[in-house]
Amino acid sequence: MSRFRPPAWFVLLLPAIIILAAVVLVPLILSFYSSFTPYKLTRPETLYKWIGTFNYEKAMKSARFWAAFGRTVLLLTIALNLEMLMGLGLALLVNKVTYGQRALRTIMMFPMMFSPVLVGFQFKFIFNDNVGLVNNALQSLGLTDRAIPWLVDGQLAFIAILTAEMWSATSVFAILILAGLFAVPRDPIEAAKVDGCTPWQSFRHITLPYVMPFIYIALAIRSLDVARAYDIVQIMTNGGPARRTELLWTLIGRTGYVDAKMGYANAMGYISIFLAIIFTVYFFRKLNAARSELGMAG
Amino acid sequence: MNENLQHRIRARLLKVLHFVTLFIAMAIICVPGLWVVLNSFRPTVEIMAKPPVWIPNELNLDNYRAMFGAAGEGGVPVLQYFTNSLIISVTSTAIAILIGMAGGYAFARYRFKGKSGIFIGLMLTRAVPGVSLSLPLFIVMAKTGLIDTHLGLILVYVALNVPFTIWLIDGFFRQVPIDLAEAAEIDGCTRWQAFWRVEFPVARAGVASAGIFAFLTSWNEYALASQLTRSTFSKTMPVGLRDFTSEFTINWGGMTALAVLMIIPALILTFLVQKHLIAGLTFGGVKG
Repeated sequence: MSRFRPPAWFVLLLPAIIILAAVVLVPLILSFYSSFTPYKLTRPETLYKWIGTFNYEKAMKSARFWAAFGRTVLLLTIALNLEMLMGLGLALLVNKVTYGQRALRTIMMFPMMFSPVLVGFQFKFIFNDNVGLVNNALQSLGLTDRAIPWLVDGQLAFIAILTAEMWSATSVFAILILAGLFAVPRDPIEAAKVDGCTPWQSFRHITLPYVMPFIYIALAIRSLDVARAYDIVQIMTNGGPARRTELLWTLIGRTGYVDAKMGYANAMGYISIFLAIIFTVYFFRKLNAARSELGMAG
Repeated sequence: MNENLQHRIRARLLKVLHFVTLFIAMAIICVPGLWVVLNSFRPTVEIMAKPPVWIPNELNLDNYRAMFGAAGEGGVPVLQYFTNSLIISVTSTAIAILIGMAGGYAFARYRFKGKSGIFIGLMLTRAVPGVSLSLPLFIVMAKTGLIDTHLGLILVYVALNVPFTIWLIDGFFRQVPIDLAEAAEIDGCTRWQAFWRVEFPVARAGVASAGIFAFLTSWNEYALASQLTRSTFSKTMPVGLRDFTSEFTINWGGMTALAVLMIIPALILTFLVQKHLIAGLTFGGVKG
């Protein structure tokens, strides 16, 4: 009598697989199916009507969709790049400090504790055109005598959102890169100094390669939850004014819940999921490459 | 001699520049947060004053009093929201840690086919944007009656936290030398005993930090909670913040008071765990 015994690793992974299948995979299959139907929340029977790729075609032809898509990619690209550069700068600044570095590191973690929705409200308040901190400061300093409509003008609102997003995420980069800077060995840098390298050269050719994996870790972690920006945007402008800051996520939320067009929203949702997966896979591959490079170097 | 002096002045200038830049950077990090805390103690009249009042004339607890007060006087069911948040976050974190420990151990200690594929697959579930996931979840939960319940949100948060918990815990178990467990097994421990008596105590700090990270994620989550909760009985604090908004106006004073209430637990936990958190994220990632 032989009994089937699954391998231990499978038993250990089973709970994780079950919960993820139940909460993520099954709903995603459902939403994949419903993206081929004209499903409306208000009319449940529409779930059983098959309309093929109509929703996807509709999204592809919609100027509104492509505007939101482009804006999302633009926001993510600018935000991630600036956050990385500023995080690197901040980490280098803090790394040079010899006294009170622990305190500085603690301060740096401050924005990480703020819920994105709170960041949204906070910056909505700060950028308020009438009583906001930014306009009050500019007016008190005499830099401008009129109220700048931060959240009303499309481009200014984009900048305001970008600021909020960067405030909440730059410190993640800074902290991880700082950890990387601690791991850089001293010897090669001193050797380079003796050999007459400029500070820039030793940074570019010694420090940076060592820190690169840490930058990719930060990018990988961030790419896992870039959609957190949804909370910030939803609170600050909710895609307005007149859809000028509409991102893919706010468009999906509005189509699904406000217009109750679940089928169409799910079709767009799938496109956003693929976007997220592409970002994530890209950074994880970079991470692996950087990791093996470091393995060879160290 | 002159060259020497020039060099010294330049070094001095660089030092001052470094200090000033650092100060400005830290100010930018702190000010928005402190502004919220400060405003929670100021009367609404003063927050909304035009021209602005920079130096507070009076600080009081009125906003907090109003928040805990009756519904008609600007009160919101804060205690209920706080309890909901606490129940949901603590339960989902505990479950996520158990599942994550099993999964992380499997990735750290066993070799099997398709390991990296399964790992990436688990991570990708985390990359699904909350709002895209919330649409089908909303339908499923409405059908199964889990909508607007603690249980529904707990399940969702467990799934949300498991991938990242596995990643972190995997990194910590990798740091525990495998010889340690093998020695224990030679001495007569079963693998189960070896895990709890030898490997777990060594990696305990890492597991704790993964737990706090999971707790913070659940505590702060908004996109899913805002759609899957409807009533006072299951709304969490991030969703509760919206109670202070109406069509055209926002009660800033009350909102900042609730915000402070939300930050305090997060603040304490983050400080407790900061050292392990950094180590966990970096070692888990680099030494994989």
